[in-house]
Amino acid sequence: MTAMLPVLRERGQREVFCGLTGIVWLHRKIQDAFFLVVGSRTCAHLLQSAAGVMIFAEPRFATAIIEERDLAGLADANAELDSVVDRLLARRPEIKLLFLVGSCPSEVIKLDLSRAAARLDARHPATRVLNYSGSGIETTFTQGEDACLAALVPQMGATDAASLLVVGALPDVVEDQFRRTFAELGIPTVFALPPRRAADLPPVGPNTRFLLAQPFLGDTAAALADRGAVHLPALFPFGVEGTTAWLRAAAAAFELDEAHFARVVAPGRERAARAIARHRDRLAGKRIFFFPDSQLEVPLARFLAAELGMVPVEVGTPYLHRAHLAHELAALPAGTQISEGQDVDRQLDRVKAARPDLAVCGLGLANPLERLGIATKWSIELVFTPVHGFDQAGDLAELFARPLARRDRLTVSPCS
Amino acid sequence: MQLTVWTYEGPPHVGAMRVATAMKDVHFVLHAPQGDTYADLLFTMIERRDHRPPVTYTTFQARDLGTDTALLLQDAIRDAYDRFQPQALLVGASCTAELIQDDPGGVAKALGLPVPVIPLELPSYQRKEGWGAAETFYALVRALADPAATPAPREGRRPRVNLLGATALGFRHRDDVVEVTRLLGLMGVDVAVTAPLGASSADLARLGEADANIVLYPETGDTAARWLEKTFRTPTIRTVPIGHGATVEFVHEVATVLGVDPAPALAAGSRLPWYSASVDSTYLTGKRVFVFGDATHAVAMARVAADEIGFEVVGLGAYNREGAREVRAAAAKYNVEPLITDDYLAVEAAIAAASPELVLGSQMERHIAKRLRIPCAVISAPVHVQDFPARYSPVMGFEGANVLFDTLVHPLTMGLEEHLLAMFRDDFEFHDGAAASHLGASTLPPAGGVEGGDRRGKASSPTPPPPAPPASGRGVAVAANDPAWTTEAEKELGKIPFFVRGKARRNTEKFAAERGLAAIDLDTLYEAKSHYAR
Repeated sequence: MTAMLPVLRERGQREVFCGLTGIVWLHRKIQDAFFLVVGSRTCAHLLQSAAGVMIFAEPRFATAIIEERDLAGLADANAELDSVVDRLLARRPEIKLLFLVGSCPSEVIKLDLSRAAARLDARHPATRVLNYSGSGIETTFTQGEDACLAALVPQMGATDAASLLVVGALPDVVEDQFRRTFAELGIPTVFALPPRRAADLPPVGPNTRFLLAQPFLGDTAAALADRGAVHLPALFPFGVEGTTAWLRAAAAAFELDEAHFARVVAPGRERAARAIARHRDRLAGKRIFFFPDSQLEVPLARFLAAELGMVPVEVGTPYLHRAHLAHELAALPAGTQISEGQDVDRQLDRVKAARPDLAVCGLGLANPLERLGIATKWSIELVFTPVHGFDQAGDLAELFARPLARRDRLTVSPCS
Repeated sequence: MQLTVWTYEGPPHVGAMRVATAMKDVHFVLHAPQGDTYADLLFTMIERRDHRPPVTYTTFQARDLGTDTALLLQDAIRDAYDRFQPQALLVGASCTAELIQDDPGGVAKALGLPVPVIPLELPSYQRKEGWGAAETFYALVRALADPAATPAPREGRRPRVNLLGATALGFRHRDDVVEVTRLLGLMGVDVAVTAPLGASSADLARLGEADANIVLYPETGDTAARWLEKTFRTPTIRTVPIGHGATVEFVHEVATVLGVDPAPALAAGSRLPWYSASVDSTYLTGKRVFVFGDATHAVAMARVAADEIGFEVVGLGAYNREGAREVRAAAAKYNVEPLITDDYLAVEAAIAAASPELVLGSQMERHIAKRLRIPCAVISAPVHVQDFPARYSPVMGFEGANVLFDTLVHPLTMGLEEHLLAMFRDDFEFHDGAAASHLGASTLPPAGGVEGGDRRGKASSPTPPPPAPPASGRGVAVAANDPAWTTEAEKELGKIPFFVRGKARRNTEKFAAERGLAAIDLDTLYEAKSHYAR
């Protein structure tokens, strides 16, 4: 069905974060996990800059910065890493799960972090040590979360019991809302990946049915399928229709009565529709342009087009997972221009020519576009803010309405 | 490998970007993977720049490594030239590209572009941001300064100077340049070129025409200034005019070097001397202040704090080793141990141990001070969006001295208010959690926020955990053999202003331990107070 939509494939300069960025939200989600990036000063600088310098007393992430002597072979990089981890765990004994996170430099020098993780896991019995790559030569922005969750899958216990697994790091408040809805629907066993604590890693098996809460979890989904779990394809849970379809996929898999389902979701649907309606006047007919960033672009464009009447001019995504996005692509307005990959200078030419009412982009591009008179929404906010489900649908719409509302309020303009 | 939680400086290529972004018609092609593009947001978000930095990243991926990343680099350079038409092109590699050794300089030269191509060597695994900025500026100056340039005869014209070192993302560089230019104008001195900030490559070509070079920011400008001194025999003015006294010295140095009258500039003066002399400032006397930042700002601010406001400097340090010598010399003057480190946790531990009443630092120290509930003023990079105020706010020159008086004094509890706080300790509005009224509602995070369990007894670990904040009064677990506080003494301790309570507790415990006392009662508390009285 994607054949109906034009897809522009771009390969040039990208303007996106690497997968290390996911650490910023993952370390808040898994509360006894520590993320140790094995990389350069650039990696450390990225992590503290990406989220606008949120300095916690002592965060549960750090960087083991590779130095000249590690490269020159004067120091055995593995011995150095072991001693960094020894010091770290001596200092933070409450850490139950340690991720060694690969970076561009660690991959280029071929530092084998999976062997290091196995070695350190044996050496520190109280802490599980795993590894994944957040490197920018392998992963784009949210793909770091995919790599992290995929690394957890082999650690999940085996089970034959029927359960529903919700995959993707959701804010706790949203996760709890979904749990209440599933309980009301009558799905008894519901797990989340990632769990809030390392010890609560759910089991998985052939009777596990899983829903993806995020569109960027291709590797994790494949790893779960390898364990026998079955993916429930659906729209992603953004807006009234996305959330309904997503919940319905679970209800159908557990063979729940449709009338019962409709009864359970009706109040949420109504609340969401009411909250969204408040923003419809402001957004309807407005043209929106997505730069490729989080892979949330296609589902969000679908929500904004279908439920708020926005007109997607170009929907960029760093990577188009055609299977996971099949429902979403089918629900986009006919003729929507999709672009996959990026050549940022050419894309900027297109946005200048298209002059959309709103551009969704990364932090590096936002102010330059605002200066050109194009209102922007930072894509990173869509990853950090609770936006899934019925009770966040209004907030999600408001995120897009706010830049436009702001322009309506201001009587001063930098262009005048 | 170095375990790093937070970093004061970025990698050297970020320093190169600060120079390229500051200039007008220079473009920088950086061989780097996609993640390195985060650096754009430093400029567009923190500094609110309305253009993208003039940087093209090659954004090579894993699949390119097997083929030809040098070809990718070559295409990126050619495309960047065609699109942006710069007058000079910088080429360099970030940390990852440095490992694959594609020789950006060689690749660029082979293209035969019709503009100067300046290759940068940025050793990411040895050097940092400040060094990268200094080195990039030096490389540009060397490549672009016209060796035939020479000052015109002095007769019939005003003397001309270059202002060196101001960059993008610099702490108050934008306003410092305006202020210093104004000050020089009062003496009849013109600014020929300000660089890198606002300069074009043509401006760099005429650097040799100036009568003197003024190094405003040694961290970024001194390498180039030394080369200009050697090449053109241009005298260099190195006094950094931060604070009233240093500005007076700066004016005299300019007057001496250029043979102009200092009087018109000196007549402008600042309000700082009178503000410090006025009686309301009496309460500033001997306030304990901890200063940390880049070496230039830290040393200058320590002088302002000690000599011009009357504070006591109880800690002084810098994160850039390049300025260690100056910091050591200044620390000796204040009789404190110099702290030369870029380990954030070591800085936090040092501040906690010194229990200052005010911290002068970077945004990093602002977070430390917030956690320790100590007032703080930001006086140095690394910067934050708040360090680019809408208003005119230099820290250099006489207006800078005015700004510094306000900056260093406003975070403190004001004179009479401080007495009221002490008198009415149990008042429902004047409780410990309430900040001074002019500081707005207190929204302090839970003290510490440290997720580790035991914070004591691990002083030997390589990066010491931050001690319990002095503010909490209850957070310090007392080891078994320490003297125990009587209920009465503990209650009395609670009446001491929170910002000195940690110090009082430690001093009293030390006093009691030294005398082998098993318990601390009211007498011990006041004996210790008298013993440690300033």
